[in-house]
Order: sequence, then C-alpha cells, then structure tokens
Amino acid sequence: MEAGTATARPQIIAHEVDRPRRGWVSWLTTTDHKKIGILYLLTVLVFFVIGGVEALLMRIQLGVPENTFLTPEKYNEIFTLHGTTMVFLVIVPVWAGFANYFLPLMIGARDVAFPRLNAWSYWMFLFGGLALYGSLFFTPPEAGWFSYVPLSLKEYTPSNGQEAWIYMVHLTGLSSILGAINFIATIHNMRAPGMGWGRMPLFVWTILIYAYLIILALTSLAATVTMLLLDRNFGTNFFDPSEGGSALLWQHLFWFFGHPEVYILVLPAFGVFSEILPVFARKPIFGYKAIAAATAGIAFLGMLVWAHHMFATPMSTVVLAFFMLSSFLIAVPTGVKIFNWVATLWRGTVEFRVPLLFCVGGIGTFLMGGITGIFLAVFPVDWQLTDTYFVVAHFHYTAFGASAFAMVAALYYWFPKMTGRLMSEGLGKISFWLFLVGFHLTFLIQHSAGLDGMPRRIYEYAESAGWSEMNLISSIGAFVLALSILLTIINVVRSLKRGPIAGPDPWKANTLEWFTTSPPPENNFDVVPRVRSVEPMKDIRRQIERQTGVPQRFEAGKPMVNA
Amino acid sequence: MLLGALVLAPAASAGWFLPESAGAPNADAIRTLYILIALLGLVIFIGVEGLMIYSLFKFRARKGRVAAQIHGNTQLEIGWTVGAAAILIFLTVFTFLLLDDIKNPAVSQIDAEGNPVAASATFAALDQPAPPEGSEAMTIKVVGEQYAWSYFYPTEEGETRVFAYNDMYVPVGMTIILDVQAKDVAHSWWIPPLGGKADAIPGYTNKTWFQIPLDALEEGQDRVIYEGQCAELCGRNHADMLARVIGLPYDDWVAWRDEKAQEIKAAQEEAAAQRERIQASEGGE
Repeated sequence: MEAGTATARPQIIAHEVDRPRRGWVSWLTTTDHKKIGILYLLTVLVFFVIGGVEALLMRIQLGVPENTFLTPEKYNEIFTLHGTTMVFLVIVPVWAGFANYFLPLMIGARDVAFPRLNAWSYWMFLFGGLALYGSLFFTPPEAGWFSYVPLSLKEYTPSNGQEAWIYMVHLTGLSSILGAINFIATIHNMRAPGMGWGRMPLFVWTILIYAYLIILALTSLAATVTMLLLDRNFGTNFFDPSEGGSALLWQHLFWFFGHPEVYILVLPAFGVFSEILPVFARKPIFGYKAIAAATAGIAFLGMLVWAHHMFATPMSTVVLAFFMLSSFLIAVPTGVKIFNWVATLWRGTVEFRVPLLFCVGGIGTFLMGGITGIFLAVFPVDWQLTDTYFVVAHFHYTAFGASAFAMVAALYYWFPKMTGRLMSEGLGKISFWLFLVGFHLTFLIQHSAGLDGMPRRIYEYAESAGWSEMNLISSIGAFVLALSILLTIINVVRSLKRGPIAGPDPWKANTLEWFTTSPPPENNFDVVPRVRSVEPMKDIRRQIERQTGVPQRFEAGKPMVNA
Repeated sequence: MLLGALVLAPAASAGWFLPESAGAPNADAIRTLYILIALLGLVIFIGVEGLMIYSLFKFRARKGRVAAQIHGNTQLEIGWTVGAAAILIFLTVFTFLLLDDIKNPAVSQIDAEGNPVAASATFAALDQPAPPEGSEAMTIKVVGEQYAWSYFYPTEEGETRVFAYNDMYVPVGMTIILDVQAKDVAHSWWIPPLGGKADAIPGYTNKTWFQIPLDALEEGQDRVIYEGQCAELCGRNHADMLARVIGLPYDDWVAWRDEKAQEIKAAQEEAAAQRERIQASEGGE
C-alpha cells in the first residue's frame, strides 16, 4: 500500500459471485435461514406423523382389555419411540424451525449470526432422527424415553437399540446446543436499529430463554447419556448399585435435564400465543414487561424443580418439601402469563381466525394442565398419582395443550409469509374443532383412569380392572385427533398451489417479518426500518397512512384479506 | 353440581373423580388433600376459562368497533401475582397439616395378642416413618423383582423366616411398615386403596406403611382383599406384575403364618435331605 493515501477502510471485493443454485441441490447446500427453517419444519412434520402413528398403535392396543394386537416387547418399543420422537424430534426442533425462519425476520436481520453452523445443526438433527429410526431394522430401544437404570443397562436391555437412542440424544443435543448458540448470538448482536430489549418481540424473548435453557439442560443430558454409554459398554458402573454405583443418580441427572426440557418445549409456545393474540384482538399485548419477566422467571425456577418427578423414591421430607415449594412457585409466573393473555383479549375486537382459535384453545387446555400440575406438586398426593394415567393426561395437557396447539397456530399464522399463500379458513376451522374435541376426548378421561389405579406403560389390563370404557373413549378420541391433523396436512398441501395470494401483510400484524414480501427474498430486507416500539409494523402503517392518505388501519368486522 | 359431586361422591364411584381410598388412613388423608386442591383448582378453572370465553364473545369484532389500546396495568399485575402466591401459601400450610397423617404410621388398632385397643392420636416421627412407640406394628420387607413381589415377615431367633409371593397376608387393624427394596431393576409398590407409591430402587430401602382398619372386615367376611400392581416400568411384563394385600382377622392370620412356617420348614428340610442324598451318592462313586 502506498504511503500517503487516505486511511485504510475495510473493503469487500467480490471477485466472483456464486451462481444461485437451483433445484434440490440448493436445499442440500443452503445456508439461508429460511430454507433451513423449512427443512426443519418439513422434517418435524414427518416425525410428527410417525410419532402420531405410534400413539395410534398404542391406543389401538389399549382400546380393549387383554388385547393381543401388540406384543409386550413391541408395545414397550413403541412407547419409547413415541416419547423420544415427540420430545427430541418434534417439539424441540419445531421451535428451532420456526425460530430459524422468523427470528431474523422479526428482529430485522438478514440471516442468523452463523449460517453454516445453522446448516450443520439441521443436518445433525436429521441424522440424529435417522439414527434412532435406523434401529427399526435391528431392535428399537425399549426402556422408555427416560431410560431409567438399571433397566436400560446392558444386563436388562442387551439390544443395541439403547445405543441408537444414546446416539440420537447426542446428535440432536449437539444440534440443539449449536442452534441455541446461534440464536443467542443473533439476538444479542443483530437486532434492527432501535430495537432495544424492551422492544423485542415476545416470541424472540422466548426463543432467547429457550436457547439459554438448551445450553444448560442439554449439555447436562449429553454427559448423562455418555455415562450410560460407558456403563453399558466399558464397565464404568456409574449406575450399577451392585458395583457401588447409584440407580438414583440417573434419575436426578436425567430430570435435571428433563424438567428444563419441559420449558424448552413450552416457552416458545407461550411466545407464539403472545404474538398471535394481540394481532387478532387488534390490541397491544397486555403487560409486555411482565410476560417477558415471567418467561425468565419460569426458566430460572424450572431449573430447580427436577426432583418432583421422583417424589416416590426414597427422599427426606426436607427434599420433598423443597421441590414441592419450588414447583408451586412456578405456578405464579405461569399464572401471570395466562392472566395477561386473557387481559389482552379484554376490550379488544377479536377476529375469529384459525390462528387465534388454536391459541385460545391452547391456552384453555394448558390451564387445565397447569391445575393438574398443582395436584402433582403436592408430594403426598403425587404418591397416589405419579406413574399413572393421571400424569400421562397432565403432561399431554401441558405439552400438547401449549406446544402442539401453538405449533398449529404458528403454522396457520406464518404459512402466508413462508409461501405467499393463505391456508383455507374453512378447512382450518373444521380441523380446529376436531383437534379440540379429539384432544379432550383422548386425555380428559385419562385422569380418571389414573385415579382409578391404572399405571402408565402397561401393554394390557384385565377386564376386571374396570378401565375398559375409559380406554375405549380415549382411543376413539385419538382417532378424531388424527383426523384433524390429517385435515391440516391436506390444507397445507392444497394451499401451496391454490391458496389465495397473501401479500406482504395479510393479518395487519405487528412485527417486522410482515415488512418484507411473502415469501421474503434471500436477503430478507433491502432496507431495515428503525424500530420505535414493540409494534413496528403498526408504526409503519401509520406513517404510510400519513404520507399517502390511503387508510392502512385495520377495520373491525371487515374481511382481513380477500380470502 | 360438580362441586357437590366431588365432595359427596361415594367411595364406590371414587375412581372417576378421586383417588382410591376406603382402605388405609393415609389413603384417606391423601384423598382429603386431593379434594381441597380440586376445589381450589375448580374455582381457578371456572374463573379463568369463564373470563376468557366471555372476553372472546363479548369483544368479538364487529363493524365500527375499535379495540381499546391498553398496554397494561401495574396494579392489576401485582394483584394477580400476589393472589396466585396467596393460594399457594394456603395450600402449603394445609399440606403440612395433613402430612403427619399421611407420612407417619398410625397406632395399631390391635395389641400384640390381637385385642382391639382404644384409638389414640398418631405419633410424629421424623423423616423415615417408624412405628409409634408403645404401639404394636409389623415390619415386612417387600422385594420387587422382574416380575413378582416377595414379602419377608419378621421372625424371632431360631424360628423359620416366613415369606410369600404376590399375595401379602396381614392382620387387619395392625399397622404395617414396609421396607421396600428391589433385586434387579426399579419397581414401584402400589396398592391404591392403601396409600401412595413407594419406588423400589436397587441399592435403597424405601419406607411406607398402611393399616387396614378393623371395620374393613364386614360381618360374615373372613378376609378383605386389595389389589394393585407395579407402577414403575420394569421390563416387558411390567403390566403383569400384580400384587394383592389380604387382610385377615388376627387369629386367622396367626394360623396362616404358622402353617406357612411349617410348609417352609418342611420344604427346607426336604431340600437339605436331598442335598445330603446327592452328596452321599456322589461320595459313593
């Protein structure tokens, strides 16, 4: 460089620009957060269908007493695969999928912080899932998604299905951890000008907390399953009581991951509720700061409640009491959120669109799961209820009630942004009602089965036990639920080609993803607007109205789009 | 109406709404606690769901309506945070009031000879339940293994140890303390009408207790039977790991125990004799 020239400035010189790739190769090589998001969502859909079919197989088996549809071995394999699939391959990655697509858009960024790492995360997730399902060609794991020792040790579960399970946990865990680092770096560094912490969309808040929880919980799980791998194959005996190990150690370590995991599944669902409700009530979210703070509060307390999964194990009263109280405390920030959502509807103008229906259906269902959670937090009551169908009902009310309802709400809400086309409202509404009725038909009665003494994970029961009607009702409900999901899948496929054109902002929504075209170009935004509030799109619409005189505001009672 | 049903539901139809009881006093106390939480939960449920559904329909979009642009209300936020906390504090206090009845074994209703004793208060014990002092109680070791339960009865010096599988015979009225253990994988001991679960974890001894009240035996009955099954996944035949507790009048129970002891002694002697014969024949060759 010659002396005396102007001060050196960083320069980017493009010698050669890669030609944009097309066709299926572009999906294999992509580092675009939107394409990766769609890959996540499609993969999740496949695993969701597989996990759902597994649930149906179990419900067929339990539909009548003393059924011989499945052998005990097959039944154990199927509930292990169902739980593992729904937790690790559906609900955790579904939020990674939605966050991948929408987080950069919502904060006005052009991609995530580390696009290649992002692609790697996806591929590890996919191969983790394939590793688990590869075991179908040998022997699938059968010790449950929680793989309690000593049952999961080589002596009692000799098949390599358990190794497939461990391998899956490692791959998807690493995928989630790297994904979480990516989200955290993106959120901390790449927000649009003016978007301070107090103006960040609530979905982004929940993804931020979700990401921190993943780093705390999944790293712990990785160590835990490594210990299991060593015990099974290298004689370390961490968990073998006859060799000085402890069978309870696994339970503590597993649930130290397992309970934060519950909030990993559910916090982003809360974020979806907090995004969609204000849009369809045409009203700002009630108590933005309280909701964001409650999210952090739930995550913090969620790290301190793990032993409430183990109330029936030998524990001193002090420990029991501590975990009862910490579990109670979680109800407070959770309650705050629910009150805030209801207050958001209050004095709004509520548009009964499919995303809103799934949100309120989800909140109503989740509330019931929250209330049954209080029963389970009281440890003497838990001694009666734990490991029964009451618990199965409880966590489906929370995990399915919040996460699955929110998942479908998010699909209907964001589909127009991802594809440029709206999904059918009519089909969506039918799907919603079947979803709601099917869900409660399946799971409400399971509380009764549990109260009546039906334990979990049994492949059969005697007619004399008196659980036949309850189980038949539950099994019928499961098929109604399956039909609803089938309708939504049909809706997706149909709307891809035939849905009405959405335009950039069909809902007149609040956040920045609606500022760009649908679907967005590869760079997302040519110009990133300055953010002045939690609802930047509302500000922008107002500005356009002022400058052009064309009304941009939403009018209650008028059809939102030409759908 | 639901409220009434919850409170008044007779024991016979308890299965649909309430945990099982009508067996041991600890199960009854758990049920009381359950009813209290159910009532509180019901109020919260009706309140919140009602408010949500009301807002949905009352404030649904109509032509000309404008949504109120409210961002929050700090007083309201503080109010419901404190309210939620207050309910939970109340629940905590109530739980600890009932805890003694659930966790600590009650005084036996019979003495060492099987005669009824006057009812008296329960005695508090710390952490691990122990029989109240001065009261007659029997400690039975319960061992879970794939896929059966075995029970070891207390024994005195020189006597044959009585044990049984799957059916546990106990005298009604007596407080029974259980030392729950596992031989192979984790299991969970549970007879719903006799109280909560106790996980059987290899390497640990878990404690629980129950007592079949004297009046559980109705006129003309010679036994009362409670059924349950393993409640922790323990392998492929987890569903078939059944257990029963059979309550007998004290004298019948003593007769059962003595007969069992005789059987076991005879079997042991037979086995010993067989061993000797085998040894003798091996030595002869």
